[in-house]
Amino acid sequence: MPDYKAQIRFSDSQIEMAHGAGGKASRRLIEGLIAPALGGPLLEALGDAALVEIAGARLAFTADSFVVKPLRFPGGSIGDLAVNGTVNDLAVSGAKPAALLVTLILEAGLSSEVLEVELRAIAAAARHAGVVVVGGDTKVVEHGMADGMYITTAGIGAVDPRATCSPKLVKPGDRILLSGPIGDHGITILLARGEIDLETDLRSDTRPVYPMIEALIGRVGSGVKWMRDPTRGGVASSLNELAADARVAIALFEETVPVREQVRGACEILGLEPMHIANEGQFLAVVAPECAEEALDAVRSVAGGEEAVFIGEVREAPARTVLSISAYGGTRVVDMLVGDPLPRIC
Amino acid sequence: MKFVDEFRDAHLIRQAAGEIRRLADPARHYRLMEVCGGHTHAIYRFALKDVLPDNIELVHGPGCPVCVLPMGRVDDGLSIASDPKVILATFGDMMRVPGRNGTPLEHKARGADIRMVYSPLDALKLAEKNPDREVVFFAIGFETTAPSTALTLMRARALGIRNFSVFCNHVTIIPAIRAILDSPDMRIEAFIGPGHVSTVIGCRPYEFICRDYKRPLVTSGFEPLDVLQSIVMILRQLEAGTAFVENQYARVVPWEGNLPALRAMAEVFELRPYFEWRGLGFISQSALKLRDSYAAWDAESRFHIPGIRVTDPKAAQCGEVLKGVLKPHQCKLFGRECTPEKPVGALMVSSEGACAAYYNYALRTTAAAAV
Repeated sequence: MPDYKAQIRFSDSQIEMAHGAGGKASRRLIEGLIAPALGGPLLEALGDAALVEIAGARLAFTADSFVVKPLRFPGGSIGDLAVNGTVNDLAVSGAKPAALLVTLILEAGLSSEVLEVELRAIAAAARHAGVVVVGGDTKVVEHGMADGMYITTAGIGAVDPRATCSPKLVKPGDRILLSGPIGDHGITILLARGEIDLETDLRSDTRPVYPMIEALIGRVGSGVKWMRDPTRGGVASSLNELAADARVAIALFEETVPVREQVRGACEILGLEPMHIANEGQFLAVVAPECAEEALDAVRSVAGGEEAVFIGEVREAPARTVLSISAYGGTRVVDMLVGDPLPRIC
Repeated sequence: MKFVDEFRDAHLIRQAAGEIRRLADPARHYRLMEVCGGHTHAIYRFALKDVLPDNIELVHGPGCPVCVLPMGRVDDGLSIASDPKVILATFGDMMRVPGRNGTPLEHKARGADIRMVYSPLDALKLAEKNPDREVVFFAIGFETTAPSTALTLMRARALGIRNFSVFCNHVTIIPAIRAILDSPDMRIEAFIGPGHVSTVIGCRPYEFICRDYKRPLVTSGFEPLDVLQSIVMILRQLEAGTAFVENQYARVVPWEGNLPALRAMAEVFELRPYFEWRGLGFISQSALKLRDSYAAWDAESRFHIPGIRVTDPKAAQCGEVLKGVLKPHQCKLFGRECTPEKPVGALMVSSEGACAAYYNYALRTTAAAAV
């Protein structure tokens, strides 16, 4: 039995929504309970995908479940999200997505027309991402048990030999690259639920990021040291995880973090931090300073990557901290998401 | 964004900070209280302390509604939610506020039907959609949110919606400021006045602070430039030895307040003889209750409210922080037993609470200063 010991103690008495929100509580659950229970050195990395070597081939292997409500929203639906979310986890692990398993949990009473639409969405998204659906499973649960439908997708891909990402490689001086504006997906979903009377033309950013990553690795290879798609918990949580794992400080230059007007507006009104809002079509990369400009050119040269920017840099101190520096020189800490993002009242 | 970006302009912020440095007498120490939690949040979020001279100390005030709500009232609200007929609706801020046996979120996870709403009208809509349930709106907030509760109650009455009621915990700001001014350890020289509250009550109710206590108050907006400009206005008054109410937030705050909102509040609410504030104790005529004419929509008339009283955890020093006697990190529990994820004291719960703001944005900036 591998000797994996929890660094963090999980003492919460029950599971709450926050444990699935991608912030501190999620990390505590995974590191304090799930990883120690399931054990193993491969789990220790806690990356977006597991990297395994089978018969000499380096493979990335991942799974993700999708429980989004509503099923369809501006810019996408649960079907394409289920494909893009999984292929992106492979992509940021340095792998070219190859094949998917799709498991459907359907609620009795779901209209077959809705199911058909989502199956078509899955097929179209898979074609677009260059992966094939090779299997899966279907279960039906009683009415009221699954919000219409849940989808679990598992994906596999071959790791690009030039990709050597690890937090251990991240050093002071490295630059933080972001592929485009943040928060589009999270705010779109919040508004699509119809609980807030705000109207915008915002759309989810759900899309496969592999083409951008392929260009990036192709151009600068091992100059890319770390990648992550900042989904639940947003950019803040991903970068805090990096800061903790690599024992470095991350300095963000606030003015350079791209946030669309609609996202900023909604966040202002609701008292939310855009850097805590989920994304489904962006990725973060740490690149060595000597190949920074080339890396940016590579991402920007791909359709959809035009808005990529550098948003900050890696520093030595204060270790394990993400800081945001304003244009007038103010410095604040950007912590991981605590709980679920809840709007404040005034 | 119009009316936001202009007030975050880096060049203007540096200019305002320069003006503050020019005005501040290096031989003096200035203790200014930001009354409102929204200001506390803005001060930390925009790291305004980094641009202020060291002899200007900003002290957090009592103006975060979640922070000043005693734990017993949270438990009272949760006791209503234990009735399976009831849907308890409240603002997002309230969801993580701990009662003795957990937060509303934890009670929800255990099966209580507790929903987050964005306005009291959404709670009323819930009542219309669920005619076989009792929807109770757990109302909190200062005069900022009280008018919307009042209008919702007026609407409930006009529409004859009987399965809706309000558990009223609205409080009023003036008695809290007076309590701070009368406190024996009071050392505040001037006030950054609450902007949102003032959109409703206007500026006139603050005049006693200047007249009776000789302390200036400047009603302030929430953007970085608003706060800095308010500090400039305060310093000018302090240096001139004057004390009067000024309105920095005139683009939003009418001097006489919002008369229709005040009328709605007067129609629906009356003052309670006394109300308990967390950290500040009982303050007379400091909170609102529903008038008898709205008793049919008053959760306190319709449900058995146990009237739970819970003393604050002994080691938590929320009261001292609320009064500006202690800084958040000087509390014994800060950052150890009490964190935003597992708050012991209320000041750690809301993003507008001094401790949460300090923890989230500033905890490690001492170390960051070296960066």
